[in-house]
Amino acid sequence: MKKLFAALAAAAAIGMTASYAQAQDYPTRNITVVVPFAAGGPTDTVTRLVAEAMSKDLGQQVIVENVGGAGGTLGAKQVADAENDGYTLLLHHIGMATSDTLYRNLPYKTLEAFEYVGLVTEVPMTLLGRKDLEPNDLKGLIEYAKANKDKITVANAGIGAASHLCGMLFMSSIETPLVTVPYKGTGPAMTDLLGGQVDIMCDQTTNTTKQIQGGTVKAYAVTSPARLNVLPDLPTVAESGLPNMQVAIWHGIYAPKGTDAKITERLSKSLQVALKDPNVIARFAELGTVPSPEADATPAALKAKLESEIARWKPVIDAAGQYAD
Amino acid sequence: MDLINNLQLGFATATTLTNLFFCLIGVLLGTLIGVLPGIGATATIAMLLPITFQIGDPVSSLIMLAGIYYGAQYGGSTTAILINMPGESSSAVTAIDGYQMAKRGRAGAALAIAAIGSFFAGTVSTFLVALLAPPLTVIALKFGPPEYFSLMVVGLVSSIALAHGSIVKALAMVVFGLLLGLVGTDIYTGTPRFNLGIREYSDGLNFVALAVGLFGIAEILRNLENESTREVMVKKVTNLFPTREDWKRMTPPVLRGTVLGSALGVLPGGGAILASFASYTLEKRVAKDASEFGKGAIEGVAGPESANNAAAQTSFIPLLTLGIPANPVMALMIGAMIIQGIVPGPNVATEQPALFWGIIASMWIGNLMLVVLNLPLIGLWVKLLTVPYYVLFPAIMTFCAIGVYSVNNNAYDLYAVAFFGLIGYVLVKLRCEPAPLLLGFVLGPLLEENLRRAMIISRGDPSVFVTRPISAVLLAAALAVLVVVLLPSVKKKREEVFVEES
Repeated sequence: MKKLFAALAAAAAIGMTASYAQAQDYPTRNITVVVPFAAGGPTDTVTRLVAEAMSKDLGQQVIVENVGGAGGTLGAKQVADAENDGYTLLLHHIGMATSDTLYRNLPYKTLEAFEYVGLVTEVPMTLLGRKDLEPNDLKGLIEYAKANKDKITVANAGIGAASHLCGMLFMSSIETPLVTVPYKGTGPAMTDLLGGQVDIMCDQTTNTTKQIQGGTVKAYAVTSPARLNVLPDLPTVAESGLPNMQVAIWHGIYAPKGTDAKITERLSKSLQVALKDPNVIARFAELGTVPSPEADATPAALKAKLESEIARWKPVIDAAGQYAD
Repeated sequence: MDLINNLQLGFATATTLTNLFFCLIGVLLGTLIGVLPGIGATATIAMLLPITFQIGDPVSSLIMLAGIYYGAQYGGSTTAILINMPGESSSAVTAIDGYQMAKRGRAGAALAIAAIGSFFAGTVSTFLVALLAPPLTVIALKFGPPEYFSLMVVGLVSSIALAHGSIVKALAMVVFGLLLGLVGTDIYTGTPRFNLGIREYSDGLNFVALAVGLFGIAEILRNLENESTREVMVKKVTNLFPTREDWKRMTPPVLRGTVLGSALGVLPGGGAILASFASYTLEKRVAKDASEFGKGAIEGVAGPESANNAAAQTSFIPLLTLGIPANPVMALMIGAMIIQGIVPGPNVATEQPALFWGIIASMWIGNLMLVVLNLPLIGLWVKLLTVPYYVLFPAIMTFCAIGVYSVNNNAYDLYAVAFFGLIGYVLVKLRCEPAPLLLGFVLGPLLEENLRRAMIISRGDPSVFVTRPISAVLLAAALAVLVVVLLPSVKKKREEVFVEES
């Protein structure tokens, strides 16, 4: 027994020095970034672009692994349980904050299970209507919605999806409940909006910019503070009198709790370099978004964002009264 | 005139040496992973996404990824025929008669028929994509929730014809499949259903896990019972290529399958899945001797294989004309495009003509490569059957495990494979067919989702299903199928078949 104990103690000591050494010359092997959604989606695309640029800076491959399911909570749980050696990371969006309220039986504590690397990007949302919907601007839409609240249908890509959050926010900011029509994913929801089967949808510019430019849908407003370069004619929600509807699908990188601060700092530096990569900037621009500024690509900024967003969405979700468990 | 110019541009793009090379790599890889049981196109394309960064040219990388997609369709039928292991929903149908053909020593002919049928269907549907993509999109957009619901009703009613035994057992299997399809999360309320408290099942059971378990693992268990049946199967391998008689029998099913598959493939969400099932049902209905189905009918391989390949091609239409993915593979293609700096949307054909037409032309070239590649390989695949089973089956199980795990990186999918392997074995013993179960599993969630969506949009008024013309026609078709199934003469014939079997 004594021998076993001694062996364990020795192993632990070796482990500690090893982890110290690891933090010093980190990274020495491939890093895995878990994306808690299916490959090919907007979050996956954002991750792959950033991972490619971070690989160049870190001198090690940053590999993307998709662990989809249960609104992103399966992937988050996996990273929460992973080794905190800096070789397993999580790139999650706003759902990290909303799932804290949406899932009442979350198997990890959102604010306690992770260390922070930094914010990646804040993707604006656009409020869309089917091509032949009567109103031509947001003010008109609000009046129309209030007058026809039993008829207007709002599509979303499922509970917890960006479009679901934005739809809830729209209804709460105009103080009018509308008919919600959920879909399994953005693809089918967008198809039905194009086909005129549903009336309104609010989704990330990553999914909507090309449809707006192509004239297949009617765009009412963008939820960013300023107009977008790719859609210069589209007014902001604030311009149209709905400042409460300012919202962005922010993305952040996390590491498991207890990851060495030296490692998260190193990753944060690398993220800042990646966000200045011309390829990343160009691709993000085509998707209607911009990389987060250097000051936001830091552990402190992401932590603050997560805390404030949990507080912001809790009342909205509780008011809607719909949970995912 | 425009079309000719466009096709010229397409072929000029697709036949550059680089693009031909990537097309070849794509179809080769696709065939290989398709042949490995359980490993599907989705996982492979996801794994290869990072490589597209290195390729640089978006057209080349998309040509390669598309090649993997339809190459995997070809390869998937190979395992379905040889070892009763469908890797994708579409090849589940091929397994029914294809595997029976293999058991009767006609594996070579079955593989050749699948390859030739697919090539023909691929050629026709590629030209359909080139000619009719925009008008077909308009029709596809007319399919709202009520229309999808009615389409699924047609699919379910027809699925009973899939079974070649008792109607009651077929019905029971469809219902069992529908029930399994309920596992997951209710998308309208977010409430988990029947997931036994396991969060890993909160998005439902994995189709690949279910198919691999019910078909493949169950078949392995059955083969291990008695090795001699397998030896017979290997010894009987005679002619590798279809005889003159086979050609005559396969031509009409190939033509019908192509039409059916092209039409259904255009519908995003569920259309392509229905294609091969629908074709099988149709072939069985028009066949002079329906009793042969399920025992190695050539029509039962030729029709569905053509249909699924046609559907695979036309499912590119929503992607190319709307920028909307029709299935997970298409979603990956969009991801690949964005990485390359092309955000697909409704204007991709005018903004990126070389890309648009290049991909269409490469589809045909890829199909040609596949048939040239696969016909000589048939001898090799058939030889695979002569590998001693004690070597073969552990290898099959290993690849299954890797393949199923790679879909979602979820260990619970492997438990599902083991469980459904056992269920599949019990079903075999009870003489119940797994194919109607699988169809119920695939169509059930679509049926429920669209029924409830249609009712939400209509504010609870069920008349939408009969007042909307497309939906009304589909429901009438479902009724017609039901009447035919229940007609006494047909029923009698079915019972005869059943008696003969037991």
